[in-house]
Amino acid sequence: MTIDLKTIKHISKLSRISLEDEKAKKLATDLSSIFEFIEKLNELDTKGIDPLTSIAETTLKFRKDEVKSQNIREKILKNSPSDNEDFFVVPKVVE
Amino acid sequence: MTDITSLTLTELVKNIKVKKLSSSEITKAFVERSEKSKDLNTYITEEFSSAINKAKKFDEKPNFDLKLPGIPIAVKDLFCTNGVKTTAGSKILNNFIPTYESTVTQNIWDQGGILLGKLNCDEFAMGSSNETSFFGNVQNPIDKNLVPGGSSGGSSSSLAANLTPVTIGTDTGGSIRQPASFTGTVGLKPTYGSCSRYGIVAFASSLDQAGPMSKNVKDCSLLLEVISSYDPKDSTSIEFKRNNYSKELTNNIKGKKIGIPKEYRVEGMPNEIEELWKKGIEYIKECGAEVVDISLPHTNYALPTYYIVAPAEASSNLARYDGVKYGFRTKGKNLIDMYEKTRSDGFGNEVKRRIMIGTYVLSSGYYDAYYLKAQKVRRLIKKDFDESYGKVDAILTPSTPSSAFKIGEKTNDPISMYLNDIFTVPVNLAGLPAISIPAGFDNEGYPLGLQIIGKAFDEQTILNIAYSMEEKINFKNKITDWWIK
Repeated sequence: MTIDLKTIKHISKLSRISLEDEKAKKLATDLSSIFEFIEKLNELDTKGIDPLTSIAETTLKFRKDEVKSQNIREKILKNSPSDNEDFFVVPKVVE
Repeated sequence: MTDITSLTLTELVKNIKVKKLSSSEITKAFVERSEKSKDLNTYITEEFSSAINKAKKFDEKPNFDLKLPGIPIAVKDLFCTNGVKTTAGSKILNNFIPTYESTVTQNIWDQGGILLGKLNCDEFAMGSSNETSFFGNVQNPIDKNLVPGGSSGGSSSSLAANLTPVTIGTDTGGSIRQPASFTGTVGLKPTYGSCSRYGIVAFASSLDQAGPMSKNVKDCSLLLEVISSYDPKDSTSIEFKRNNYSKELTNNIKGKKIGIPKEYRVEGMPNEIEELWKKGIEYIKECGAEVVDISLPHTNYALPTYYIVAPAEASSNLARYDGVKYGFRTKGKNLIDMYEKTRSDGFGNEVKRRIMIGTYVLSSGYYDAYYLKAQKVRRLIKKDFDESYGKVDAILTPSTPSSAFKIGEKTNDPISMYLNDIFTVPVNLAGLPAISIPAGFDNEGYPLGLQIIGKAFDEQTILNIAYSMEEKINFKNKITDWWIK
């Protein structure tokens, strides 16, 4: 399958990754060859086969809802590229 | 006495326990050699002075009951370490300092291990040559300009170059076993659910497993024993009886049945790999095990399945890197623009490529054709193994379709890079344990590995087979210290 530039632009939007035209073209070529490779799966008839969604066939366990980390607010905020007092700062979202 | 850094983990532990060596002496030896080995580019973050301090503290109040008493260990930079920068080889996490510790590394510190530093890896573990790291290539100590494999390339290189006695990596599609094979070292990917994923930077959650890398099988069994644990903090961690792998290690594999899957004889595979495999089969027979021909008919579909499932999970896992709460940020006109620019500048080409593949296969209208289809084929691949394990105890294959290649040789062709993982990927899809052991050399003198795949939760059997083969193979790595001036 060929993935055209229009599709690449669409996926780039969905992925929230901006792309220059040069890079988008290169990606279109790369992804086209990767999808050609992936489409080998179409040779297989998978009618009636259950999808394998989890390799660890366990049921989730209940646990107590407890606070385990304490006094890490400062450390966490320190990792933020932009913060103000107790908040993460982002560009204005409300007009 | 011989150089401290060339000793195995088992030897170091023994020397510490009989007080022939102190933790400080050992730690200083590894730090000094690491300092002289910067040209290999294996470290992203060095914790040398802190390691020396911790070693001193250990020596003042030693506890010899621990399994890793005062042993310095460098780890892949995919494990979160509390208060120590953790980058996952990415620009986007270049300045990230975790406020918590991964369970696997915590298990190592609890048994007396000391953090030497954080090791280079492919960005978010996406790569087979360590060339996608934001922090640059890693050199393979085997030869100049040779890749150390990936994604745990800093780990394999450090280990082979004697910069750390053992190390840990992560393996999503072969990222422990392939670099081990490329550097003449031992690497084990445990059963999915054996080692906690808590605190490991996520790539593809249904495939990721942490595992030990070492110079020999005995060390591998000891480190596995330390890092494998049930962890309520990982919802896919599994409660099962974990062996004392190193204590129960035996070279007696008489009567074990070892399967040889015909589908692993791939087209274009170099003759030397075929020869190595044949030799491996002979060794297995000499060890008293029985060889059985088996078929894993869906092997050829494993790689295409992997390149749907892994990118799909990655695209969703990596959605968290948005430049808000941690990591790198590029300013933008508005929130969306900031997200898009941050992710464009912060991720490297391979990571972007995989996020895009993943986003596409999960996008509206394509989910059934790609993602659901891949999950169904994944079931068939697992079934192949399940059926074989009715007849055999383990499976023997080559670890990789070639020896280590030159830096830059495969960077322009993603498919040829992906093909490197052809023998390792099926194991991750089926959630099984597998070990790669060094078994010989190619014509260039570069190491080649053999892989032993086990039943789920039966790490002991593959360790025992590897242990018994190791004796017969008697592999000696050829390393000349060419990078030390």
